[in-house]
Amino acid sequence: MSTFNITLHVWRQKSPTAQGKFEDYKVEADEHMSFLEMLDVVNEDLIEKGKEPIAFDHDCREGICGMCGMVINGEAHGPQKLTTTCQLHMRQFKNGPFDIWIEPFRAAGFPLVKDLVVDRSGFDRIIQAGGYISIRTGAPLDANATPIPKAVSDMAMDAAECIGCGACVAACPNASASLFTAAKITHLGLLPQGQAERPERARNMVTAMDNEGFGSCTNHGECESACPKGISVDFIARMNRDFVKASATAYDRAAKSDGD
Amino acid sequence: MQRALTLYQSTIGKKVAMALSGLVIIGFSIGHMLGNLNAYAGEVAFNEYAEGLANLPFIVWPTRFLLLACFGIHIASAFTLVTRNKDARPQAYHVTKHHEATFASKAMPISGIALFLFVGFHLLHFTLAPQLFNAAHFENPFWNFYAGLSHPVLALVYIAGNLALGLHIYHGFFSAFQSIGANHPKYNPLRRDAAVGLATILTVANLMFPISVQLGYIEAPAGYEAAMADAAAPVNDAPAGDH
Ligand code: HEM
Ligand code: FES
Repeated sequence: MSTFNITLHVWRQKSPTAQGKFEDYKVEADEHMSFLEMLDVVNEDLIEKGKEPIAFDHDCREGICGMCGMVINGEAHGPQKLTTTCQLHMRQFKNGPFDIWIEPFRAAGFPLVKDLVVDRSGFDRIIQAGGYISIRTGAPLDANATPIPKAVSDMAMDAAECIGCGACVAACPNASASLFTAAKITHLGLLPQGQAERPERARNMVTAMDNEGFGSCTNHGECESACPKGISVDFIARMNRDFVKASATAYDRAAKSDGD
Repeated sequence: MQRALTLYQSTIGKKVAMALSGLVIIGFSIGHMLGNLNAYAGEVAFNEYAEGLANLPFIVWPTRFLLLACFGIHIASAFTLVTRNKDARPQAYHVTKHHEATFASKAMPISGIALFLFVGFHLLHFTLAPQLFNAAHFENPFWNFYAGLSHPVLALVYIAGNLALGLHIYHGFFSAFQSIGANHPKYNPLRRDAAVGLATILTVANLMFPISVQLGYIEAPAGYEAAMADAAAPVNDAPAGDH
């Protein structure tokens, strides 16, 4: 086992309205620990001393639930590409930096709950605004009844990889949720099953995104680089196209049903 | 119209408006630069070009209105979006590390403000109130061009303004494709190349005007020095521009 000493500077804030500040912790890190396990060790120590442990979000610890977001030395999910914080290992820090700054995701759309925990339910509301897709239910269809070109289904899968962790918002200099919303709009928009509600979905999800107070896209490209799933900014161009087209042409269901 | 306004209410709509207005202004900037190349062909060619334009009011005025509208839309959207983006992150990070954002992309609001000041200055200088800046004002476009750019301080303002323009277009021309949703895996890499190429050509060509005048590569027109000698009188007897 190889261990090394690090100093953590962790953002501590009791409540959404309390004044927060960085607190320092000296830790002996094992290179085989994950970043969250390292924080667990810190927390056990804090609990033993009768102090408040550092609050951070986590769930699956296998890189698929998207809960474990934090900004480590200025990078959402830390220095390793295509990796969530829970999958980040301390060996990444073996050769320094030994000073590690840990901050919560900072965005008006992600209000802080406590320490490193933020409220990402804005994302849920964007998803909800997307609504349903109309599909035929009943007896299962033959799997190949709806042909989809391989390239298209691959691209839809790439978009569907988004785990909604919010790293795109955290990394964006404008705290924009464009990459997330674009991925969600695209993965249904590409597939035949998603066509019926495609224009409404684009309009409603973009409106919801704007209502949550996220910034707009300047095309810096930081989101793609921070995304643990490597979602491409190409989807943002696709969202813009869908949205403009939908705004110009969408059949307005709400207006119609007002009439009857 | 209703739909266009609804579209404009969204952040994406504003970005599309910025991109389209920016592209129109870029188009104009290219034409403007090409027209000015006449300066290398000498006084006669330059003035013929300038008067040719002046004799096309049905082209000049609609273009001016279009540009004014584009600047209005561009600036109004820029202001709303930049304010919104600031509000979207009320508390800054203690440490930030960027990978993809460029100096140009981060400086868009600053190069934008610089361009606003520069365009305002440029309009005053050559069109609205040249007497504010030049020792003398002439009825001859080439003489005015020369009078403006031979002044070292004004030449520096033109150099700074065009560096800001280059920086703005370096990111803007690339970004506009994304904003209007013009992307395709086959052509995506070209967007960056096109932006670099366009920004370079436009900036270098524009910078060369003040530099050429300063270095004497574009020479003072015949009679200019003599006229400047008695420039104490603001109205003077420079040869009129018609030939
Ligand atoms: C006159 C004052 C100007 C201001 C205040 C201004 C401001 C801005 C700002 C802040 C942005 C970035 C918006 C964002 O964050 O998304 C931008 C983008 C842009 N600007 Fe300007 N600008 C000005 C003039 C110009 C000029 C003269 C040109 C062209 C020659 C131009 C072309 C563009 C383009 C093409 C974009 C990209 C739009 C996009 O991202 O889709 N701008 N401008
Ligand atoms: S804890 Fe689930 S992705 Fe990290």
